Amino acid sequence: MKFTLSWLKDHLETSAPLDDILYALTDLGLEVEEVVDPAARLASFTLAKVLHAEPHPDADRLRVCRVLTDEGEKQIVCGAPNARAGITVVLCKPGDYVPGIDVTLGVGKIRGVESHGMMASERELELSDEHNGIIELPSGEVGERFVDWLAANRPGTVDPMIHIKITPNRPDALGVRGLARDLAARGLGVLKPLVIEPVAGAFPSPIAVQIDDALKVNGCPHFAGRVIRGVKNGPSPDWLQARLKAIGLRPISALVDITNFFTFALNRPLHVFDADKVTGGVLRIHPAAGGEELLALDGKTYALRAGQMAISDATGVESLAGIMGGEHSGCTEGTVNVFLESAFWDPITVASTGRALKINSDARYRFERGVDPAFTLPGLELATQMVLDLCGGEASAVVQDGAAPDVTRAYRLDPARVISLVGMDIPEAEQRATLVALGFTLNGDMATPPTWRPDVLGEADLVEEVARVASLTKLQGKPLKRAVPGVPRPILTPMQMREKAARRTIAALGYNECVTYSFIDQTAATLFGGGQDAVRVDNPISSEMTHLRPDLLPGLLRAAARNQARGFMDLALAEIGPAFHGGEPGEQHLQATGLLVGASAPRDPHGSRRPVDVFDVKADVEAVLAALGAPAKVQVGRKLAAWWHPGRSGTLGLGPNVMATFGEVHPRVLAAMEVKGPAVAFTVLVGNVPQPKVKTPLRAALTISDLQAVDRDFAFVVDKGVEVLTAVNAAQGADKALIESVRVFDQFTGEKAEAQMGAGKKSIALTVRLQPVDKTLTEADIEVVSKKIVEKVTKATGGTLRG
Amino acid sequence: MDGLDTLKAKYLTAAANATGEAALEEVRLAALGKKGEISALMATLGKMDPETRKTAGVSLNALKDEIDAALRAKKAALADAALDERLRSEWLDVTLPGRPRRMGTIHPVSQVMEELTAIFGDMGFAVAEGPQVESDWYNFDALNIPPEHPARQEHDTFFMHRAPGDNRPPHVLRTHTSPVQIRAMAEQGAPIRVIAPGRVYRMDMDQTHTPMFHQVEGLAIDRDISMANLKWTLEEFCRAFFEVPSVELRFRASHFPFTEPSAEVDIRCSWEGGQLKIGQGDKWMEILGSGMVHPKVLAAAGVDPTQWQGFAFGMGIDRIAMLKYGIPDLRAFFESDLRWLRHYGFAALDMPNLPGGLSR
Repeated sequence: MKFTLSWLKDHLETSAPLDDILYALTDLGLEVEEVVDPAARLASFTLAKVLHAEPHPDADRLRVCRVLTDEGEKQIVCGAPNARAGITVVLCKPGDYVPGIDVTLGVGKIRGVESHGMMASERELELSDEHNGIIELPSGEVGERFVDWLAANRPGTVDPMIHIKITPNRPDALGVRGLARDLAARGLGVLKPLVIEPVAGAFPSPIAVQIDDALKVNGCPHFAGRVIRGVKNGPSPDWLQARLKAIGLRPISALVDITNFFTFALNRPLHVFDADKVTGGVLRIHPAAGGEELLALDGKTYALRAGQMAISDATGVESLAGIMGGEHSGCTEGTVNVFLESAFWDPITVASTGRALKINSDARYRFERGVDPAFTLPGLELATQMVLDLCGGEASAVVQDGAAPDVTRAYRLDPARVISLVGMDIPEAEQRATLVALGFTLNGDMATPPTWRPDVLGEADLVEEVARVASLTKLQGKPLKRAVPGVPRPILTPMQMREKAARRTIAALGYNECVTYSFIDQTAATLFGGGQDAVRVDNPISSEMTHLRPDLLPGLLRAAARNQARGFMDLALAEIGPAFHGGEPGEQHLQATGLLVGASAPRDPHGSRRPVDVFDVKADVEAVLAALGAPAKVQVGRKLAAWWHPGRSGTLGLGPNVMATFGEVHPRVLAAMEVKGPAVAFTVLVGNVPQPKVKTPLRAALTISDLQAVDRDFAFVVDKGVEVLTAVNAAQGADKALIESVRVFDQFTGEKAEAQMGAGKKSIALTVRLQPVDKTLTEADIEVVSKKIVEKVTKATGGTLRG
Repeated sequence: MDGLDTLKAKYLTAAANATGEAALEEVRLAALGKKGEISALMATLGKMDPETRKTAGVSLNALKDEIDAALRAKKAALADAALDERLRSEWLDVTLPGRPRRMGTIHPVSQVMEELTAIFGDMGFAVAEGPQVESDWYNFDALNIPPEHPARQEHDTFFMHRAPGDNRPPHVLRTHTSPVQIRAMAEQGAPIRVIAPGRVYRMDMDQTHTPMFHQVEGLAIDRDISMANLKWTLEEFCRAFFEVPSVELRFRASHFPFTEPSAEVDIRCSWEGGQLKIGQGDKWMEILGSGMVHPKVLAAAGVDPTQWQGFAFGMGIDRIAMLKYGIPDLRAFFESDLRWLRHYGFAALDMPNLPGGLSR
């Protein structure tokens, strides 16, 4: 919403300085976004008088003037044809910035004659395009500030333009008068009365109006208008043009400018039809049948859908009701008879039609927020008078259909509750005075909002009105009592603690945490089991963000590709965040994903560099699961999703519950995501890690033996497809009491191994630690256990003890 | 006993001249070995009379000890010399780099979320969560934003696809964290204090906007919580979060459909040479929106507005992270540039806590 200070003063009697007004507006909730004060760039210029002018000795067109200024007599060389003794001029001194020529003046020498400043033209001061000579003022004293002279004589030129942001609840503030009312309530002046004198109709309106029944309840409750005949539609007067220009509107013609003026002055959008182009003598407000077309005033043709509101005459649609008029019946310089429309449109209907047709107009903006339903007729009367004043002519009687809807309602003002909610001591009298100043009617403790405030819909709105006028800037903080006294209780849920543990552990393992977008492109989503319609965004902002991510890996792979493109080939990236397995609320789950790409380390003298492999991520995923409190013993599975390398990946789980997957990213997926491998990754499904049934800080008692533990090594020859875990578990089961641990310490596979042990064979080596509990082990004891271990392992694996 | 002196001189000289451990051992065996010269003399003691044995024994033992000590000393000296020789050959270039170790980092958004949790947790606020695909009822209607309300259009909402025949209003990607207010109150009732940090989505992408960003919602409902309590809570939060001795906030009346009265909150700051300083200066910067929870919102969540009242606020997490840590560009938050992650990220062990201060 833009307006000028002088426009505000049409409605507000005030002597408050501009800065006070700006502060109050923002503080009242009418946030000032921009102020353009034309006076600011003219502030340094003063009036001066030319005492004497004579031709320049070396230039025909220049004159050397003696000029009387506030700093005494100065010599100024001037090229203007009108520079002559006796005129009052506008002086720019050395050091001044002249906006129209974008120059900061200095003392100059022009063809050998010193010049101490310049005398400005209108164009040089950006007042107009006039540049035939320097400004000659009809009045003014030497030394007087030029801006003061302008304010007194040409106020439109130094009228500050104020741009404020209007929140959607304040349609009344979309008119200058509404702003004046707020400022008056704040005490910054007095709201001037708005006098409405009905214009008597000299003849019956030749155009009737008729609202279809379908729209009377919901759509167009009230439509009024009248014909004004014999008008002369030329350019509007300067003051009106200046106002409209100041707020960025292009003056068009008096009739159109009047409607714009009412839109901004009183939040009363109007429309003017050229009455001679309305055929059939009736303007009908009706729902469109569908398919009608209208060339609107913005030069575009709109096709109406069935049900959208339109105003039609006998030949068809002439206006998109409440949004924009049509080109055909619009007013032109040649308009002689005009039909002036003032209507109350239903906000929701206007909003949905405007949105569907994608038209933004000042009228739509206001009607969809809600104009004053009681001001339809008064607005029409005021506008009629203005048309008569500016364009002449003669007004008909008013024609109307429907009636202003009754919006009367009242809410209880509870001064104690206001104080309790706001936390500020606002006396009851002040509360009541505020509401009255804003136009509320008080009856006992019941407050009836004014018709222009459709946003006031309950007691809470009364509180807001009182609070904002009282000024929230003055609010002093008051301590919030602790909900429970003493040391704060823990607040995080077990799941939140896990998320944090996963994140911190993964970072500690050397991964850089990323936050990538929740939506990805369909190709990537499809590679990772997503990309269905259920998770499709209907109005994506780009083709790379069309689907909710089914998994965190695609985002990290894309990030890896971007980093590789910048020359960073070795990466450890991770993300802890939501993945979406459906499009319904709640169909999301927390994943913790790590991705290693390239080599384990940079090249170095220690030979640390090697390609990352599946056992890097296996160690990492085990560390993360341990940090989340997962049981130490988990099952390794191979039921893998399609984006994992089928032979070089595994799952970790408990029965059917998969807690994590680790392994190589499928080479085909890697290629599709344009990542240069190797790439290994893990994904932990944080929610699938079982949580302990009882949370207790207690640890189980530590049992340790003083007896010497014994390590024994075993090597077995097995088929190369045998999983070593089978052997480990078998060995472990040989004597549950005595065997403390079984570790794999070697593996021998490949061509050399097969040459030694036979085709399709490999050797695995286990070390078994025996921990006696009650007596030191004898060789015989050890022999017994060893035999059992060999038996169990060979049986489980089908292998043999390696000789 | 001149013979003893001769023996002594002989073996001490031999020990001193021994060139290596083996030669030294030969000297030892010749003198003190089972068949050594001194051992042989010791063996003669048994045949002496007690008096003679006494004096001869003392002399012999002294001789034996002296030679033994000399041999040991020489042995130690030889070992030292050998070690010195070895050490001379064992020089390494210690300016070589250590074995590489990857250093992981925590993303600033995660870090700031933990900072928020630390501060608000101390004030008794729990952490609530909600779905990111949200029904339009939770995202809008329950928050007093009816379908045709202009505020809906201002949200630049992402809509989820609706299958043909499914006539429910389309779900949305939540445009703010406010729906978590409704879910938390509906679940726990009043009194309640929660914050709800998380991802939110708006259809906006330019220099300063990304289609996904992070917000934190705050909600405190009780019998008598006022807007003055809100101001104090936010002041305390800002002071603790920005780690400055004091802050000054300014409440400016505004409008949000879900709060009434509503206020935008500015913080006093200065901008000098591109450097932002919070808590001083003569500029005001908007940092969040807040207000008293609208009675309709309480009612939508099943909380009786005649019995309970309180405040809510919403703030951009990425934005306060940028302000606090001087991170210039929002878009970079989600680009995963390794250089950015390393530069602006936090160490795994930098766990925000109040006793130690939030940041290092």
